[in-house]
Amino acid sequence: MSQHASMREITLHVNGEARTCTVADRSNLADFLRHDLQLTGTHVGCEHGVCGACTVLVDGRSVRGCLMLAVQADGCSVETVESLAAGTQGAAGLGPLQQAFRDRHALQCGYCTPGILMSLTELLRDDPAPDEQAVRLVLSGHLCRCTGYQNIVAAALQAASKPAGDA
Amino acid sequence: MDTIVPSGQVVEPATAASADDYTARRMFGTRAPRIEDPALLRGEGRYLDDIRMPDPLHAAFLRSPHAHARVVRIDLAAARALPGVVAVFDADAIARELTSLRMPLGFPSATLQKDITPWVLSCTEVAFVGEAMVMVVAQSRAIAEDALALIEVDFEPLPVVHDCHQALDDAAPVVRSDAASNIAERLQVGFGEVDAAFAAAPHVFTESLFVHRGAAHPMEGRGVLARYDAVEDAITIWTSTQMAHEVMHSIAAMLGMDQHNVRVVAPDVGGGFGCKYLTYPEEVAIPAVARCLGRPVKWVEDRAEHFVSAIHERDQYWDVDIAVDARGTILGVRGRLLHDQGAYTPQGINLPYNAATSVTGPYRVPAYRMDVIICQTNKTPVIPVRGAGYPQAAFVMERMLDRVARELAIDRAELRARNLIPVEKMPYDKGLTNRAGVRSIVDSGDYARTQAEALARIDYAGFPARQREARARGRYLGLGLANAVKATSRGPFESAVIRVSPQGRIDLYTGALAMGQGLATALAQIAAEQLDVPLDMIHVTCGDTGRVSLGMGGFASRQTVMAGSSVHLAAVEVRNKALRVGEQLLGVPLEGLRLRDGRVEVVSAPGRFVTIGDIARKLKGAPGYSLPPGITPGLEATGLFQTNSQAHANACHACEVEVDPGTGAVRLLRYVAVHDSGRLVNPTMAEGQIHGGVVHGIGNALFEKMGYDDEAQPVTGTFADYLLPTSTEVPDIEVVFIETASPTNPIGVKGIGEAGTIPVAPAIVSAIENALSPWNVHLAEAPVSPVRLLELIDASAAA
Repeated sequence: MSQHASMREITLHVNGEARTCTVADRSNLADFLRHDLQLTGTHVGCEHGVCGACTVLVDGRSVRGCLMLAVQADGCSVETVESLAAGTQGAAGLGPLQQAFRDRHALQCGYCTPGILMSLTELLRDDPAPDEQAVRLVLSGHLCRCTGYQNIVAAALQAASKPAGDA
Repeated sequence: MDTIVPSGQVVEPATAASADDYTARRMFGTRAPRIEDPALLRGEGRYLDDIRMPDPLHAAFLRSPHAHARVVRIDLAAARALPGVVAVFDADAIARELTSLRMPLGFPSATLQKDITPWVLSCTEVAFVGEAMVMVVAQSRAIAEDALALIEVDFEPLPVVHDCHQALDDAAPVVRSDAASNIAERLQVGFGEVDAAFAAAPHVFTESLFVHRGAAHPMEGRGVLARYDAVEDAITIWTSTQMAHEVMHSIAAMLGMDQHNVRVVAPDVGGGFGCKYLTYPEEVAIPAVARCLGRPVKWVEDRAEHFVSAIHERDQYWDVDIAVDARGTILGVRGRLLHDQGAYTPQGINLPYNAATSVTGPYRVPAYRMDVIICQTNKTPVIPVRGAGYPQAAFVMERMLDRVARELAIDRAELRARNLIPVEKMPYDKGLTNRAGVRSIVDSGDYARTQAEALARIDYAGFPARQREARARGRYLGLGLANAVKATSRGPFESAVIRVSPQGRIDLYTGALAMGQGLATALAQIAAEQLDVPLDMIHVTCGDTGRVSLGMGGFASRQTVMAGSSVHLAAVEVRNKALRVGEQLLGVPLEGLRLRDGRVEVVSAPGRFVTIGDIARKLKGAPGYSLPPGITPGLEATGLFQTNSQAHANACHACEVEVDPGTGAVRLLRYVAVHDSGRLVNPTMAEGQIHGGVVHGIGNALFEKMGYDDEAQPVTGTFADYLLPTSTEVPDIEVVFIETASPTNPIGVKGIGEAGTIPVAPAIVSAIENALSPWNVHLAEAPVSPVRLLELIDASAAA
């Protein structure tokens, strides 16, 4: 039984910004982002790696934030939902994928949405023109209780049909 | 009402349109993009665990590992000694902070067994796995959880009630030592001459059906944060709830405080689906401890806790007879329902009552009787999940109709058409009373047309050819259909306050509660329709008891009807008042004025205007100066739409499936959902409600099973073994709306949130049975897994 968890210093890039932090070595990446860095856009839905709500990108690859320790991200580049609207114009201030979600009513309660946005961001970087099956396969790593998924699929396909930056 | 939507208008599915293209001036009925979305999409939502609070303490609960046990000894010394632990509360300790250790009953009942509600913390006996026993408060959640592992408890296991049927056995143990019996309540509902109808009936058919619904599983679990202010003796509680006002009243009573000093705020809520329409023990324990310690205290449920300590729906066993004539006309329905209530009854009997009273649904049934036995078992307590008993009732009725169709060789759709309530009989008296004590009257709807539309969309007429052709190629297709009706818009009222500030800001406060449906957008659309402003000028606050004194919250598909009507009434009042003041300030008669974009302007000279901010400043008063003659103070209005009657939403679903008889796998090929939810405030959001509702029903039909073993130990405690539908199992849902304005409310709407779920399991199960007709497999249960289908195919083949 650990009485006081041991601490460790890590240095990483989060949404392009260099951060050096002292973290509990048992803290997972999602809790670290949420509670140490106050990046609460990343949500925690199951803490056992199934629901996908906590998905973030680590060195460009989607990761369950609840299944990776924060110390494992030492030296890595982490991207969260808070990065997706960076540099966008317009009143709503949304990136193209976010705008597609709004256009297509691809979110209801919004709790699972940040994780889904990150997985789809990875997909669209790998394959700028995915078909519906490819989108559904990526989405199958996420649980959403509100939408029935079909508007999320439509939003992803809409975002894919637009060149990046054309919101 | 100044707009009239033709009754029975069909709304086509959405076409691609960017939110940026949206420029329409009319608000009610448009596909306006949601005002909630930008913050949620940027990760700027504020859910319970996102609220930043200086220096909070964190709580964790020790929960029973036994389904039933006596607590012999609890040793808290080691937990208390752990560095970082601030306090440890057992039942005795928390009782000193409360007026009662037992939770209040959600819905008062004179007939229910006494002393049946859960404990805030259990003391000498535990009655289900997951029951909270001890609460640890520490500097961090991790330390609090470490301390849980240091608590030593000696349990003496007691015999367990694990199932409804066992509960009724004379030799069965009793669920709790303070329970008089395992039967929480018996009730009978019905109407007509049932025995005479059966005695004279040419045909009587009997089925024993099992319907299981799992848990709600919103993606955000429960969570509570409380901050006590000793100077004011006031407490603020943020909680992920569907009913801020009732939670406020419960906490005030349990903490011995007046509601004046208790404020409950619902932050962004990450889904509810029924499980958050309850005051939970944790919602009392957290504020009690925050007051005791004088520090903010937070508890955020994890999914493992949610599986066992948030409510379920679970098991119902139905034994049902149906009497019909030679044409399949229903003469009577009767039967018995065994309902699994779990170890405690936190809310009431509304779930089994709803189930028993909604069986006859959209059909004409001249005689009906259902005996209901509410059984207590050593499992997690039960209250309604999305649909609230209607899905089970629809499953029962639709399975009975499929049986009749098969026995009498009548086409399934034709049999239903012969028995649907005809449009010329509307409004139709169902022969029952709702819990407000008023007759259950189906207000409107064209059920035959709804079914005909579904049959046309799925190409029902062409299906036999498709089925034959597929079978020739060794593939097994099936088609299923089911009808449903949902009594929505439960009263007695909902609140709405619309207030215009001297700066021209429009605030809308309501006791209704947003949990993801887009409620703020819908209410803003209803207000904007009258006030003629863009949606972003209206600021909607839901579920904050500090802003509006009365409210009921989100349940029973009620908020668009109840809160929407209240918003409409308040907006009309604000609009009329603004125009009357404008008349005086501008010196132009009413008929020459219009309200637009936050101004009262002269129609013939739009440059002449007065802003609503100017009007609000005038009406806030200046010391000693008069208000405009005949005008009351303030540019604001309160709407409290009140009703005990219910707007009835109806639906017909039709689906096509393929079943692989070698593996039992079921693939949904097409799913058509035709719905009448009255006038639609926002067709895009309405479609979203149906999509989500149908997929919830798909989970109930094929996947979701909250499993327990014979010792009432849960065997599905993760999303790896409790399966929610994912994107690869569900087809696109083809949604069609028919709009029949409801006469029950001033805006003609009907509820929508639950309607999509109700007919799904019977439609899919009917389709599976149809696909497996070469094996003569009959299905009397939901959910149906691939393994279960293989068992039934094998059993049928062996017979």
